[in-house]
Amino acid sequence: MLYREAGDFKTSYVADSQTFPIAFDRYRYWVVLAVAFLVVPFFITDYTANALLLPFLIYSIAAIGLNILTGYAGQVSLGTGGFMAVGAYACYKLMTAFPDVNILIHVILAGGITAAVGTAFGLPSLRIKGFYLAVATLAAQFFLVWLFNKVSWFYNYSASGQINAPERTVLGVAVTGPNTPAWASYLVCLVFVTACALIARNLTRGALGRQWMAIRDMDIAAEIIGVNPLKAKLTAFAVSSFFVGISGALFFAVYLGAVEVGEAFGINKSFLVLFMIIIGGLGSIFGAFAGAAFLVCLPVVLKLIGVDLLGWPTDLVAHFQLVIVGLLIMFFLVKEPHGLAQLWRLAKEKLRLWPFPH
Amino acid sequence: MSADFLYGIEVVINGLMAGVMYALVALGFVLIFKASGIFNFAQGVMALFAALTLVGIMEGQIPFAHLINATFGTEIHHFGWHVPALLAIAMTVGVMVLFAWAVQRFLFRHLVGQEPIILFMATIGLAYFLEGVGDLMWGSDIKTLALGLPQGGARWIEDATAGLGGDDFYGFFIDKLDIVATGVAIVLVTGLILFSQYTKHGRAMRAVADDHQAALSVGISLNFIWILVWSLAGFVALVAGIMWGAKSGVQFSLSLIALKALPVLMLGGFTSIPGAIVGGLIIGVGEKLFEYLIGPMVGGATENWFAYVLALLFLVFRPQGLFGEKIIERV
Repeated sequence: MLYREAGDFKTSYVADSQTFPIAFDRYRYWVVLAVAFLVVPFFITDYTANALLLPFLIYSIAAIGLNILTGYAGQVSLGTGGFMAVGAYACYKLMTAFPDVNILIHVILAGGITAAVGTAFGLPSLRIKGFYLAVATLAAQFFLVWLFNKVSWFYNYSASGQINAPERTVLGVAVTGPNTPAWASYLVCLVFVTACALIARNLTRGALGRQWMAIRDMDIAAEIIGVNPLKAKLTAFAVSSFFVGISGALFFAVYLGAVEVGEAFGINKSFLVLFMIIIGGLGSIFGAFAGAAFLVCLPVVLKLIGVDLLGWPTDLVAHFQLVIVGLLIMFFLVKEPHGLAQLWRLAKEKLRLWPFPH
Repeated sequence: MSADFLYGIEVVINGLMAGVMYALVALGFVLIFKASGIFNFAQGVMALFAALTLVGIMEGQIPFAHLINATFGTEIHHFGWHVPALLAIAMTVGVMVLFAWAVQRFLFRHLVGQEPIILFMATIGLAYFLEGVGDLMWGSDIKTLALGLPQGGARWIEDATAGLGGDDFYGFFIDKLDIVATGVAIVLVTGLILFSQYTKHGRAMRAVADDHQAALSVGISLNFIWILVWSLAGFVALVAGIMWGAKSGVQFSLSLIALKALPVLMLGGFTSIPGAIVGGLIIGVGEKLFEYLIGPMVGGATENWFAYVLALLFLVFRPQGLFGEKIIERV
């Protein structure tokens, strides 16, 4: 009854084209933000932060990035892990080279560097499409991981080949390094997630987003009506890599603290983020969040049920996890190719008519 | 001839042999892609699953033993018998046919008419599922495949060629298993070509590959052909699984060779069986030569990425691969 447009009159174009046209959605959005910023930090524990909230927030950024490329611009990429590694190593090099500069600036710069690298690897997309492109992005994945493994300049010649995040502070509170309070790392990630989601949402409904979607739906037709495929595809790669780079930087600096490239940013990471956007919903910002939340929670829930309730050994639960993730992906593709986001949309449609659907 | 040059030749020969192994995996991809337009990412996991099943049947392992033990507190592992290799292979083929049917019945029948990229992602899901099932059924430890395939270097080739070079040269080192794999690949490809040229179902398969609707209209059952194609791909996966399993043990990394087959396909073109072979050979030789000549300068392990970069550069100039059908796009 609350959820409808009736009585919510728009008097300006700005009001008419806002993201949430329904008043209830707007309030809900502000409530979610308020809870995330003002309530959660006071109740957060190390366990909830490290097992659930931090990975959720960081993967959300990566999923938004990949969703821009794959969901909006239609260019399938299997190189997400590699680009996350670029973000992480760029952040590390910047942190150690300029220790006095604020870490937040480093993270943004790392995103910028990743955007440049991503654009370079996006160049072949002008010639090749579809599966061929998906495989071509694997070149980025394997080459970048190899590069960070072999060239010791990237990890400052450390003996272990690992990179470790030194302690950096924001407003006097440590946000990286071992002494970071859980709420601080949570808030840093939350700020980036909010900013990224806002930017992505507004990019995708603006001129650039429309160009991406035109390219996705049919690139030749898009070219005929005046979309420049060079610009559209390369900006998609750049913006997507920017987000993915930020998530890689946060993943390394704020979440893990110490990273070994092959383990943290291998091909599995690429697939994980791809699954997030498939399950969440291609071409939807909400879908990126839903997919990330789902795939972050799934192992935790399975572990709770399998190990703690049924008393199974952990390797068995890990195998079950593979089976369930695989089944879910197939199930979603068969039943609802548009993912959780579509279910959400349908629920909202139903809610609009409730309780008098006729 | 100088020893360096001869070692270069040895690298090329070994590259060709490695290429044959890649081509074995790539073949399965091409079969399914031609007939149904599905880019089957699960091909590598199918090879792993087939090899696991083969080992499991031969050793008389009880499927899902680990799970049963964990649930009921029992301690069962083996039936206590050993199945002869040929029978076990036949049974594994049976399992793969069953798998083909199930995939068709429960997955791709519901996805007819979807975009290719959706189908591709479905096969990624399938790959995860199959990997999990394989681990649950047979356990995730590394297994050895005891089929009695020859191992180690071929001594007589080494002895026969040792006289070619100077004192620094000890003859070509070639793995016997690679020679066997080459022979098997030749037989397999010949068999596939004969099958698709001269048998009723083979022709039906090609008709479906050409045009689904036209094939339907002359009374070919798409469902049957797709099951057939998936079974064939399962069989090819089994062969690839046996060869790779004999080479490096039956373990998870077997499923990663699928990734290695991708650049092979890109080079050769997704729709061409000869393309898969030639692409495999080019990739095999290319990466071995690159590792031999350039590898030491940049720190080695270039085999991880060289194939992809080669394929990428190649595609920029010829987007449909060497032998692929020309991509024609209409609005």
